[in-house]
Amino acid sequence: MDLSIFLILVQDGVVNGAIYALLALSLVLVFAVTRVILVAQGEFVAFGGLTYAALATGQTPGAIWLLGGLGLAAFAGGLWQERRRMRGGALLRHALFTLALPAAIIAATLVLAPRRAGIVVEVLLAVAIVTPMAPYLYRIAFQPLGNASVLTLLITAVALHLALTGLGLVFFGPEGFRAPPFSDAMILAGPLMIPGQAIWILGLTLALMLGLYAFFEKTLTGKALRATAVNRLGARLVGIPTAQAGVLAFGLAGFIGALSGVLIVPLTTVYYDGGFMIGLRGFTAAIIGGLGSYPGAVLAALLVGVAESFSSFWASAFKEVIVFTAIIPVLLWRSLRHGNGEDEE
Amino acid sequence: MSRTSAILAAAVVFGLAAPAFADTIRVGVTISTTGPAASLGVPQRNSIALLPKEIAGQQVTYTVLDDGADSTRAVANMRKLIEEEKADIIIGTSTTPASLAMINVAAETKVPMISLSASASIIQPMDATKRWVFKVPQNDNLMADAIAGHMAASGVKTVGFIGFNDAYGDGWAKEFTRAAAEKNITIVANERFARADTSVTGQVLKLVAAKPDAVLIAGSGTPAALPQKTLHERAYAGKYYQTHGVANNDFLRVGGKDVEGTILPAGPILVSAQLPDSNPIKAKALEYVKAYEAANGAGSVATFGAHAYDAAILLTAAVPGALAKGKPGSAEFRAALRDSMEAQKNVVMTHGIANMTAEDHNGFDSRARVMVTIEGGAWKLLP
Repeated sequence: MDLSIFLILVQDGVVNGAIYALLALSLVLVFAVTRVILVAQGEFVAFGGLTYAALATGQTPGAIWLLGGLGLAAFAGGLWQERRRMRGGALLRHALFTLALPAAIIAATLVLAPRRAGIVVEVLLAVAIVTPMAPYLYRIAFQPLGNASVLTLLITAVALHLALTGLGLVFFGPEGFRAPPFSDAMILAGPLMIPGQAIWILGLTLALMLGLYAFFEKTLTGKALRATAVNRLGARLVGIPTAQAGVLAFGLAGFIGALSGVLIVPLTTVYYDGGFMIGLRGFTAAIIGGLGSYPGAVLAALLVGVAESFSSFWASAFKEVIVFTAIIPVLLWRSLRHGNGEDEE
Repeated sequence: MSRTSAILAAAVVFGLAAPAFADTIRVGVTISTTGPAASLGVPQRNSIALLPKEIAGQQVTYTVLDDGADSTRAVANMRKLIEEEKADIIIGTSTTPASLAMINVAAETKVPMISLSASASIIQPMDATKRWVFKVPQNDNLMADAIAGHMAASGVKTVGFIGFNDAYGDGWAKEFTRAAAEKNITIVANERFARADTSVTGQVLKLVAAKPDAVLIAGSGTPAALPQKTLHERAYAGKYYQTHGVANNDFLRVGGKDVEGTILPAGPILVSAQLPDSNPIKAKALEYVKAYEAANGAGSVATFGAHAYDAAILLTAAVPGALAKGKPGSAEFRAALRDSMEAQKNVVMTHGIANMTAEDHNGFDSRARVMVTIEGGAWKLLP
């Protein structure tokens, strides 16, 4: 190994790590606010990538029908659960969010998809199609569970992951898709060839992190989310609607997942079930970071990315083993340092 | 009961009874229409719909189950098909590990099975268990020999190998190591990657550093395009070889201009229109392509689906001989069906011409593979 190989591996690791960092952030966020370990995070990545790949080749993505179906299910589910309370304004808001919103997105896609409206519009459209799926799923699967234990929520999340994988096969088919890169630019820096797509990934990741920071620190909604994360009961007592906080957290997770998918689909081939392994690496990073710390998760994600890239050079047959085994010493160290205190419920 | 429903019920009863079939041959099918092998299983399932509904005057029914490329589910499906559906023969499954798991059930229940997966280990070495098992796709050693032969003929001395991190990649690594040694070709790098990997930069750097004359990528379907694209990015200038696992149009779509010039072995059906008219496989292959595309749209055909069609060709050839010895549904019929399949000679299929023997339950020879390259975004037959 010489310096140039070392640098190329680091570059590759950092670019992949940036995607894992985004996923780790959204896993930490969703867990803090709703106590759900969002196993299905990877599915949003796959759906986002596949939707963008379809749009970028002028096809109408199958995902819009999935969006419509989930919206309908969320509408019916919400109506049934709150049949005694939902009246007038609340009913209208519910219908707007679960029926009118997907209808508008579907209509926009049907109009724009065949016209090749340009990269910016296609990226926004792909993200807009996939993002609302996450809050609908929260409405359907998690909100009715209310204050169930972390274990129940985890089992539900696994079931959701399996269901979404199956739906992915129905709506996207078994084959992988790939999209053209945002830009063909290639920056040469010494031995490094940095593709434009890598710059896009790093730039957007950084922008998204700053955006999230501003959102949580400066806005009232962001502060309400943090309050819910710190103490659900306390947050409810001061008048924060915690169910709304869950919908919002899932919305952010769906947004981050869809954006990650759009970012990686020009770099690699994305499959209907390929998101899980990507999400699992984000999960590894979130765990190494302690499942509670945002900077910790980001650092750990970069570490996972670089470790993956180097192990694929040295021992490609054991790459997965090396990356996922990294969890064990970290967990050991954490439990030795903090004692094995039970998860406070 | 109202008058309409009475008439309807009568129509159904008579409708079923109308064709004067003596018995029904029940075919149980388990394939991977979901999970990691879905790109194999989906065209296979679509092909089942094209199979004959009548063989030698007997009605044939097909029951298709999905195993998701999971060995446990494949075995459970097979038992269910045999015990509940009274299957006379099992077709399946799409992947090697699951097919291997099904062998014991075939021998235990004495129901013959026709596997749709690639590895020769499913039928070799022949023993008392495997005598119930037949296999229609080409053995992987046939394909590995073809690649090594082509490499030797075009002056390749050193090869870098990168394969799937699973049974497919390992099987190819083993077969190709043997085939390469016979031709005095050295393997200078042996790397693995996973189907869902987002980057293979590490492996590719190692391949490029070893400076091989050619690179062989052993992956199936669209994932096999990633290493080739990354090699192109790193300006690797040698020859590219792929395996027949990539022989579908989706690979061309995902690979784009980066896979131009790639060389691979494939079943003749991939380039059926380019085969000489003297080749008996041509007519059979075109018949399948036409039927498949009529049902599923132009350009939708994949070579993997044709294996299911070949399984039915073998079955159709074997049934008349077996009917003489027993009625469908009986143990005698199933045993006779096995014997009859083993005795088949010169069966023209879409992938080749099979000559079964007691030792060889695949029966293909070198006519079952052609060398193909990619030119202008399409498959082109190499002379």
